[in-house]
Amino acid sequence: MRVWRFGNDVNTDLIIPGRYNITTDPVELGKAAFIEHRPDFTGNVKPGDVIVAGRNFGCGSSREHAPIAIKAAGVSVVLAESFARIFLRNAINIGLPVMVCPSLCDVEDGDDIEVDLTTGEIGVPARGVKLRGEPLPVFIQKIVEKGGLIPFLREKGYV
Amino acid sequence: MEQTLTEKILARKSGAPEVSAGEYIVSDVDWVMIHDSTGPLSIQGLREIGTPVFNKDRVVVVFDHFFPAPNVNAARMHKISRSFVAAEDVSCLRLDGVCHQLLAEDYVAPGDVVVGADSHTCTLGALGAFSTGMGSTDIAGVLSTGKTWFRVPESMRVNITGEDAPGVYTKDVVLEAARRITAEGALYRSIEYTGDYVEKASVSNRLTLCNMAVEMGAKNGVVEADAKTQQFTGRKGVILHSDPEAHYVENVCIDASGLEPMIACPPVVDNVKTVAEEAGRCIDQAFIGTCTNGRLDDLTVVAGILKNRRVAPGVRLIVVPASYRVQQEAQRMGIVDIIHEAGGVVLAPSCGPCIGRHGGVLDENEVCLSSQNRNFTGRMGHPGSEIYLASPATIAASAVTGVITDPREIL
Repeated sequence: MRVWRFGNDVNTDLIIPGRYNITTDPVELGKAAFIEHRPDFTGNVKPGDVIVAGRNFGCGSSREHAPIAIKAAGVSVVLAESFARIFLRNAINIGLPVMVCPSLCDVEDGDDIEVDLTTGEIGVPARGVKLRGEPLPVFIQKIVEKGGLIPFLREKGYV
Repeated sequence: MEQTLTEKILARKSGAPEVSAGEYIVSDVDWVMIHDSTGPLSIQGLREIGTPVFNKDRVVVVFDHFFPAPNVNAARMHKISRSFVAAEDVSCLRLDGVCHQLLAEDYVAPGDVVVGADSHTCTLGALGAFSTGMGSTDIAGVLSTGKTWFRVPESMRVNITGEDAPGVYTKDVVLEAARRITAEGALYRSIEYTGDYVEKASVSNRLTLCNMAVEMGAKNGVVEADAKTQQFTGRKGVILHSDPEAHYVENVCIDASGLEPMIACPPVVDNVKTVAEEAGRCIDQAFIGTCTNGRLDDLTVVAGILKNRRVAPGVRLIVVPASYRVQQEAQRMGIVDIIHEAGGVVLAPSCGPCIGRHGGVLDENEVCLSSQNRNFTGRMGHPGSEIYLASPATIAASAVTGVITDPREIL
């Protein structure tokens, strides 16, 4: 899976500018992911690709459009050194896998990366990089696997 | 155990004698707010859950992010929210200001728990409430049940002493806080503002302080309520206080008396310098308004600077009162006329150009000096535009000179 490398403090305006989120359609949102910050992203991202970022990923607005756009673009997981709190909760609620990994500076843009969300193991075999992330608690992993909070609750019979 | 203000509010609303940082709780919610931008996704979530709203009189729907609709997509989003309001018989649909300002004016009382589908919902902590922003799915859950879960945040204290020096305002103080704490320094925490500066501050200025809490990563910002809060809101609420020995993970002390006018340079809010350091930089647009600094005391300061002066050629000054009530009062006091006579534009209350959707969108290489809370790349328009954040006084002074200007030079 290809790595798309981002830095620190990637805010929700960079993920999806406000002018592009006047819709609830995931397909439209996915087309606008990083549209201005990284214009090569949407045309080249492949299903399963991985975002690797620094600290405070997703800071800024509470717009759930941000994780929806990333998920709809095909990204399989966002790894970051830390997440802004609203983004983290939003990502879980809409079923976008996320994982904190304390140091990601050895991972580069374009790397072919392997991520195990259950064990936290992260590897870039071509360059011998091995890292360990902090997996989400098991019950939260289940929410993410079901596609988010509402599908999870529906399956449990709550809604 | 000794508790912080945030812990006390959350304990009371979760039915526990006490709660402490790190604990996961389920809390009752007094007010839930959605707006035209994040509301439709929350409404979609509620439809999927399949229940009506928990209480039609505790849900506030505000059209402010793109109102009146600047394009067809926006009109469609409004239609979704209007249908929801009609179907659920929601009693509060507001078109007359920025959501956080309206919640402060007309709904929230001390001791309340408030959630909104907007990150700056932390503003309402200024009224001695626990108030935080959430995403649309979490808000859908609250719309359905009137409850939500929280991890009780660790509290940090920002103790502010002293008084504003001439030309220095609460916005400068909170930018100094952002400089010191950084954009991630309060991540997941509660910021409690204390000290004699905060005690003496108007409710409007306390709203400015709490508004910026999320820019430092915080879950909520909070100020102890007092008689001023009750007078401002007209609601008594329940006034709670932090215990003297309550635990704070960090204490930051700011002496307001020693501060200069401050400015946050692009593209992050903690890139804060003194206005003097950036003085002389040309601006294209000067914007005064928003949930951060669009209130009457802000506009009064602006009028004081603009009276008998003209906005510099080539600069557009855009003023957007935070609510109709603010606008009405500004009109009555002659402030709106002063802005017009200076060559400025006054728009109807809304978020205005803060999020780059209407009312003052920027083109490439344009520079805006704004009283808002975020200076992220592309937020107000073209990704090649730049946003600087400052106090209304600095912005008004700069609008007159056409370059970034320390307001003390013309006060």
